[in-house]
Amino acid sequence: MVVADNRLVGPCATLLTLQYPGELPDMVAGQFAELQVPSAKVLLRRPISIHSIDRARNLVEFLIQIVGEGTSSLAELKQGDKVNVLLPLGNGFSYRTTHVSRPLLIGGGVGVAPLLFLGQELAEHGIRPVFLFGGRTESLILRKEEFMKYGDLFMTTEDGSAGEKGFVTNHSLLMDSESFDRIYACGPTPMLKAVAKWAKEHEMACEVSLEHRMACGIGACLCCVEDTADEGNVCVCKEGPVFNIDRLKWFN
Amino acid sequence: MVQLSTKIGSLEFKNPVMTASGTFGYGTEYADFMDINRLGAIIVKGTTLNPRQGNPYPRMAETPAGMLNAVGLQNKGVDYFVDHIYPEVRKFQTNVIVNVSGSSIEDYVQCASIINTLDDIPAIELNISCPNVKQGGMAFGVKPESAAQVVSAVRKAYDKTLIVKLSPNVTDITEIARAVEGAGADSVSLINTMLGMAIDAEKRKPILSTVTGGMSGPAVKPVALRMVWQTAKAVKIPVIGLGGICSATDAIEFLLAGASAIQIGTANFIDPSISEKVVDGIEDYLSRHGFNSVQDIIGALE
Repeated sequence: MVVADNRLVGPCATLLTLQYPGELPDMVAGQFAELQVPSAKVLLRRPISIHSIDRARNLVEFLIQIVGEGTSSLAELKQGDKVNVLLPLGNGFSYRTTHVSRPLLIGGGVGVAPLLFLGQELAEHGIRPVFLFGGRTESLILRKEEFMKYGDLFMTTEDGSAGEKGFVTNHSLLMDSESFDRIYACGPTPMLKAVAKWAKEHEMACEVSLEHRMACGIGACLCCVEDTADEGNVCVCKEGPVFNIDRLKWFN
Repeated sequence: MVQLSTKIGSLEFKNPVMTASGTFGYGTEYADFMDINRLGAIIVKGTTLNPRQGNPYPRMAETPAGMLNAVGLQNKGVDYFVDHIYPEVRKFQTNVIVNVSGSSIEDYVQCASIINTLDDIPAIELNISCPNVKQGGMAFGVKPESAAQVVSAVRKAYDKTLIVKLSPNVTDITEIARAVEGAGADSVSLINTMLGMAIDAEKRKPILSTVTGGMSGPAVKPVALRMVWQTAKAVKIPVIGLGGICSATDAIEFLLAGASAIQIGTANFIDPSISEKVVDGIEDYLSRHGFNSVQDIIGALE
């Protein structure tokens, strides 16, 4: 794929837009891509979730947090550069196969990335989701305006600089659990576990997108496993990255 | 037209390129990216007598020009392989070789005997070199006596091509190679991963759940090449070379060092169609240098 645009959108985040050669394959929100890193120092591809797509122009956006050598190299890509990408990989959120009418989309940090694509998809199905995002501070909650195109956005920050002070699971939105019929969440594991615990206590359907260290991205190397109640260790890249919390062994 | 075919024992391969166990799943994972049938062989992931859950997450750490893994032979056991995987993989028009591992000699023998009954599996690769399991695995492969013991026990129960995969975590790999040759192996493949470790300094913790793991990728290639060169001179049986091969040039270096065939491992994770490209690249190299056959470059180091 060819770089159409690449620009910083936060203190440590870049928005990489790639042009797909030809018509985009069908993709489900929550699926990801494996991007080859343009640096001799980095061996493995980087798994990055699909942030949004533009079907008319065959563009795919990736919201990438710059954390190390690999993501720094991806942030340095210039318009016109070529990137080898495998996509779409894995299984996304279940909105195409499960009835949902009042979804709550919870994101933490760069974990908001796949939720924009999910918001776009839900909007196409006539559903207006509620977004609830958490971060340490306001500047780390990325792309707020984009999300607000598709639904209402609520926030929590640890320093109180935006929204309510605290964690997403303490937000007043959750006082009335009847407002929602399903949670889709993506973010750091401690946040996902807290969200899953809340969902379990309130008997709400909940799907979480996991971010494990991966090598191949196609279910061959068995590096990125998560323990499940039904099948034991399964590859997050192939069986996930999105899991219904009922499959996970987080509550034992 | 150059000849790419090679032989390991009595088994013919259409070319010397195989995919290494544990890096290519059951082949089916890669079918979207390449034509599996163009390969000399695929070696499917480590199979054990009983199902194994493998090690807890995290199982992988990236290192400069390499990676560490600590998968720990996760697989659903040989019966599952026979019932569910074999019917699929037997359809491939290439040699499908099963990597066999175990915690005891009896396990290895039983697992090999079951696979012996499968018509379309012409060979096994006996894994006496996995560094990521508590019992068995590498323990058998680091001493000539125990290596010979497990190989001769399996030899009695298995009558097709028997390849033995060797560990680099030894003082003298040629000693182990000679021992398994004496015990009836048809071929040796080397190297399995090198024992390594990674630490997260910020958290002051090991990255892998098992603390140590097996290192692979381009970083291990010089060590692998040296061991293949030494072993090819030390034994009469054919040597299969692997360890960090990422290109046709890398593959040719192993053939020149004396390998009769090569395996591609970690590179499959970076480019899922790399093995097919290596086949093409070897063919190009032979034409460019005026060789008629890949046999002309095996051990042809000047």
